[in-house]
Amino acid sequence: MFQNLSEKLERAFKTLKGRATISDINVAQTMKEIRKALISADVDYKTAKSFTDKVREKAIGQKVLTSIEPGQLLTKIMKDELAELMGSESTDIQIERGLTKILVAGLQGSGKTTFSGKLALYLKNNKKLKPLLVACDVYRPAAIDQLEILSKQVNADFYCERDNKDPVNISKNAIKFSKTNNNNLIIIDTAGRISIDQEMMNEIGEIKKAVSPSETLFVVDAMTGQDAVNTAKNFNEVLDFDGVVLTKLDGDTRGGAALTIRSVVNKPIKFIGTSEKMEGLDVFYPDRMASRILGMGDVISLVERAQQQFDEDEARKIQKKIAKNKFGFDDFYKQIQQIKKMGSMKDLVGMIPGVGKNIKDMDIDDDAFKSIEAIINSMTPKERSNPEILNGSRRKRIAVGSGNSVSEVNKLIKQFLQMSKMMKMMQGGGKNRVMDMLNNQMQRR
Amino acid sequence: MNFFKKLKESLTGKKTEDSGTSNQDTEKKSAEVLKKGLEKTKNSFFGNFSKSLVGKSKISDQELDSIEETLLKSDIGIETSLKIIDGLENRVRKDKFIHTNEIYDFLKDEIKNLLLQNKKDYSFSDEKPYVIMVVGINGVGKTTTIGKLAHQFNKNNLSVTIGAADTFRAAAIDQLEVWSNRTNAKLIKQKMGSDPASVCFDTLKSAKSNDSDVVIIDTAGRLHNNVNLMNELTKIKKVMSKVSINAPHEVILVLDATTGQNAIEQAKQFSKATEVDCIALTKLDGTAKGGIAIGISDQLNIPIKYIGLGETVNDLQLFDKDKFVDTLFSNEN
Repeated sequence: MFQNLSEKLERAFKTLKGRATISDINVAQTMKEIRKALISADVDYKTAKSFTDKVREKAIGQKVLTSIEPGQLLTKIMKDELAELMGSESTDIQIERGLTKILVAGLQGSGKTTFSGKLALYLKNNKKLKPLLVACDVYRPAAIDQLEILSKQVNADFYCERDNKDPVNISKNAIKFSKTNNNNLIIIDTAGRISIDQEMMNEIGEIKKAVSPSETLFVVDAMTGQDAVNTAKNFNEVLDFDGVVLTKLDGDTRGGAALTIRSVVNKPIKFIGTSEKMEGLDVFYPDRMASRILGMGDVISLVERAQQQFDEDEARKIQKKIAKNKFGFDDFYKQIQQIKKMGSMKDLVGMIPGVGKNIKDMDIDDDAFKSIEAIINSMTPKERSNPEILNGSRRKRIAVGSGNSVSEVNKLIKQFLQMSKMMKMMQGGGKNRVMDMLNNQMQRR
Repeated sequence: MNFFKKLKESLTGKKTEDSGTSNQDTEKKSAEVLKKGLEKTKNSFFGNFSKSLVGKSKISDQELDSIEETLLKSDIGIETSLKIIDGLENRVRKDKFIHTNEIYDFLKDEIKNLLLQNKKDYSFSDEKPYVIMVVGINGVGKTTTIGKLAHQFNKNNLSVTIGAADTFRAAAIDQLEVWSNRTNAKLIKQKMGSDPASVCFDTLKSAKSNDSDVVIIDTAGRLHNNVNLMNELTKIKKVMSKVSINAPHEVILVLDATTGQNAIEQAKQFSKATEVDCIALTKLDGTAKGGIAIGISDQLNIPIKYIGLGETVNDLQLFDKDKFVDTLFSNEN
């Protein structure tokens, strides 16, 4: 899936290679491929079409500088266009002087309740507000309990009326309650509803009227397909919402729905959900989303994933060992396990920009580490921590034990020694510059 | 009626010899629900075909394009759409004069050919209970689907034990508790945050000693690219086979019909972790077209077994591809 799109784009750009200008003829095929790529990323059919039309208009006649390839130029035009379409900068939430009221709406299972909890935590920490979470989902079993548990987790006040089946009434009462309870923020979580269920859509309209919220937020699953057009339109007609929240972006979807919604209802995307944890809420960055949809190398995702799986304590321990020249095979083994946790090798390598096309036909075996693991497993603990004692007869025993030839064992030991030498060098010179670089990258997220 | 016969009937939705009038009534009712649910889908989905095709006797490039658009707009995906179009073009080459009806029939056939129905006959061993494990990403409707499933079994006089192995999401266990009360099912649970594999172990043990007919295991929603959580799923599955060798007998992947092309990746990864047997496609009562079902059938060979058409207990139905496609194409209204 990751490769698919970049591959398609790269293939599309091939037709442009070696031309001095981008002309109507050489761009037509490219645009068709781009359109297909966008649709595969779940961008709405019509949106994809009008988008490629616009890009073509801008691209035609552009002189291609000798230093860059036409493909690169086109990518830039496309990325700029995408980012512009998505809104050029992130939009913040409207905070009012007195009571800020936020209404949360969306389809079933889009993640409204989880988002409500996250938003309470976010605004509590970043805007120093005192939130009240209001449970207005009177239909789904245990929806009220779910919000109550989340409100405890984020240390926010909670309001519900378990015997009241009228959400309009509940939300009105909640506002009254917030005044006596000294809250300056209320977040109203509503039931999931299908956009063609007239009764339910009327209900949310009524809630909005009764509350007159400072912000109405439409929560939508980032994995939504072509249906995003209908849902966004229908919800917008009833609610005229102020912003969009894209959830489940920690999945591997391209998130084309973001582009669709933006172009159909022209409302800014304000937040993205990036995990199930209450801290997993992020402000929306249009340029990052543009890159994601286009599949132009997910370096940021790669770093994020590495960060997610990488055990910092373990890393520090290993660093110390390297410094003391005590880096052994058992540490190496641990590192391999960490890399493996990050996902399939092909997936990982595919996220590095430009690599996509090169590994297309290569079969990267996820079991590539297997024989290395077998060799290390066949060593005694003493051999693992003191690689220098590995003499001929020990190597022979390891080879037999792991089902490899002696030369393979030799190769691994040689590579390992080179590696630990290199690591020692990196450690010594320039004060961990590599680690610093990595850390900076991570902090930027 | 013996146990497995009953089980089979409730699983396949077919009554063999003794189908009473009340049963016909429910069938009728369920047909209505299906139709009602699909009507909106139909109007927007294949309804477009009639607009673009009526009154023409040949397929022009333009029309092929509009068919392509309709297919893609239903989330069928590029690959599968192209397959359908390719077939259509071949047909055009062969039979020069094509009438609207023929195109309809052809498209119907083509889509039916790609759609897998759950044909796998249950090879029931003497192992009781029959264990069903329900998996899927967050928010697709796993718990609701389980409630509906339990209701169906209960209606057929089968005793159900539900295992609350979603120990992560807030109030997931409470939600399941409501459903189990509604459907007379026994619920086995531990505290929030406890080990899901251990909940499953308990559930199967308890179901065995209580002589339950069916066990349904609810698992926490997880994104398919989260390696650790997917490994956990594999572990849960393994633990169950320790209590009952062939358990789980069936793994159902729940997919949200509003999902786009990512559903294919979901199906792939969940299959890798748990060998998914079939799919339950939920939220088909909305504006989503559920075209991913066609793409998944075509590319991954995983059959669709159930469709979800609403939030009440009766809104779960067996997927019937003929009914499904016919209802989409029917000229009524």
